[in-house]
Amino acid sequence: MTQAIRIENLHKAYRSTVAVEDVSFEVSKGEIFGVVGPNGAGKTTSIECIEGLRQGDRGHISVLGLDPQSQSRELRQRVGVQLQQSALPARIKVWEALDLYASFYDCVVDRQRLLERLDLAEKSEASFAKLSGGQKQRLFIALALLNDPDLVFLDELTTGLDPQSRRSMWDLVLEIRDQGKTVLLTTHFMEEAERLCDRLAIMDHGRIVALDSPSNLIQKFGSESRITFSTEESCSSALEGIRGIGKLIRQGDRMVVQGHGDQLIGDVVNALTTNGISFRDLRTEQSNLEDVFLTLTGKEIRD
Amino acid sequence: MRGLSKLTWTELKLFLREPMAAFFTLAFPLMLLFLFGGIYGNRPAAIFGGLGMVDVSVPAYTAMIIGSSGLLSLGIAIASYRETGVLKRLKATPIRPQTILAAQVAVIYVMTILGMGLLIVAGRLVYGLRFGGNALSVFVAFTASAMCVFSLGFVLASLAPTARAAQVAGMVIFYPMIFLSGATIPRETLPEAVRQYSRLLPLTHVVTLLRGLWAGGSWNNYVMEISVLAGTAIVAVLISIKTFRWE
Repeated sequence: MTQAIRIENLHKAYRSTVAVEDVSFEVSKGEIFGVVGPNGAGKTTSIECIEGLRQGDRGHISVLGLDPQSQSRELRQRVGVQLQQSALPARIKVWEALDLYASFYDCVVDRQRLLERLDLAEKSEASFAKLSGGQKQRLFIALALLNDPDLVFLDELTTGLDPQSRRSMWDLVLEIRDQGKTVLLTTHFMEEAERLCDRLAIMDHGRIVALDSPSNLIQKFGSESRITFSTEESCSSALEGIRGIGKLIRQGDRMVVQGHGDQLIGDVVNALTTNGISFRDLRTEQSNLEDVFLTLTGKEIRD
Repeated sequence: MRGLSKLTWTELKLFLREPMAAFFTLAFPLMLLFLFGGIYGNRPAAIFGGLGMVDVSVPAYTAMIIGSSGLLSLGIAIASYRETGVLKRLKATPIRPQTILAAQVAVIYVMTILGMGLLIVAGRLVYGLRFGGNALSVFVAFTASAMCVFSLGFVLASLAPTARAAQVAGMVIFYPMIFLSGATIPRETLPEAVRQYSRLLPLTHVVTLLRGLWAGGSWNNYVMEISVLAGTAIVAVLISIKTFRWE
């Protein structure tokens, strides 16, 4: 079996609000799969149905070959969970939390090494309430990794963290995947999804609107790329006729070239050099997942 | 089982780190004992059927501890664990949901026993506390009463949307209840009209049962109290099962 998770036609509504509508996807073993979308898109509801914390109204879910509802205890021995909104008792110490959670699992990893890897060894005696946001998040990851899980769920792992802590979280997630574990994460940061995910599903209004690797999504749905450079010479005639070329805009001594296609940059540079046009400071701006999201949903993801 | 004992042990440590809860369960009843014991002593008095103030106060204060444990500590603890997401995180582990709640009850029960133990030891050493009943009977009645009041705490935790709401509701119920039920001031000293009204309060029946068995009364004399407490517990458990939320 190469699939860690298989979801078919998941539906979930809260009273009259439909949170998740006809969601299907598969997560392969050993990959980082991301569910991305704006707040309220149905990401957390989906992931919590997969974790077995919620029950979908319709649809079928299989996680590591198990049913998250009827085989929840067996499943929870083998998965690690970091929830979007959860806490530990304010006065519990870091080591006590690990000690307590270790007692729930049949087999656990070496706790001291885990604390060291997550840079929490010095905080062992600190109580939960005294930890910083990043430290709390690292403790939740420690709890999620305590049972050496095959599959790790990370729900909005970096929300509320400063950019530096966010980047160190990213390294951690890649490290988890490199140990052979499967990761299912949700995020509303497109940069995070682009950096971490092998494949991702973009969700909006409870539905998946696109599913592929970040680079394929950008290729398929990304808008034009832009090439800018400085030159005093006129170059419009040299560039016209290049395949995929779009608008040419002159802004003082800066030229802005818009267009499509993988060969665009090469062709532009080639045309400039063969025509003997000197240029400086050439930059390209690729479209990213933000642009993909904008194209797919017609709105910005920022909350 | 390992999960339950570790969770109970951890929660016990956490309880003792929470000054307010520990104060009401352990220190406050002792303060009352020394206050009223200091004023009235423990001489036999006709109004208490030949017993002293301390003799009737120790089982009554025990009822008060049961009340503060169940209506304040337990309800607030569970409501705040739900509000902050502690319960949800625990539920994402292989531990059974019932075990999580059982550990909470176990901790509060142990603390209530400890509170009662301190009262008995202090009453005995300082005021020569008299005991005319059967220790096992009293302990059984104590446990049954505790479970009844704890189930009311679960109702509070189930219905209160936030920890703050559980605290306010708990206090609104707790304070009139301990004064009217005879858990602080002996009911004999209250006006008849108030005593009539106090029969509506479950804690009144806890006080009557504990004081009666403490003084050597027979279970047969307390069928009404036992029925009221059992009925209260059944209704409370049913409401809790219907309305309890994990998040």
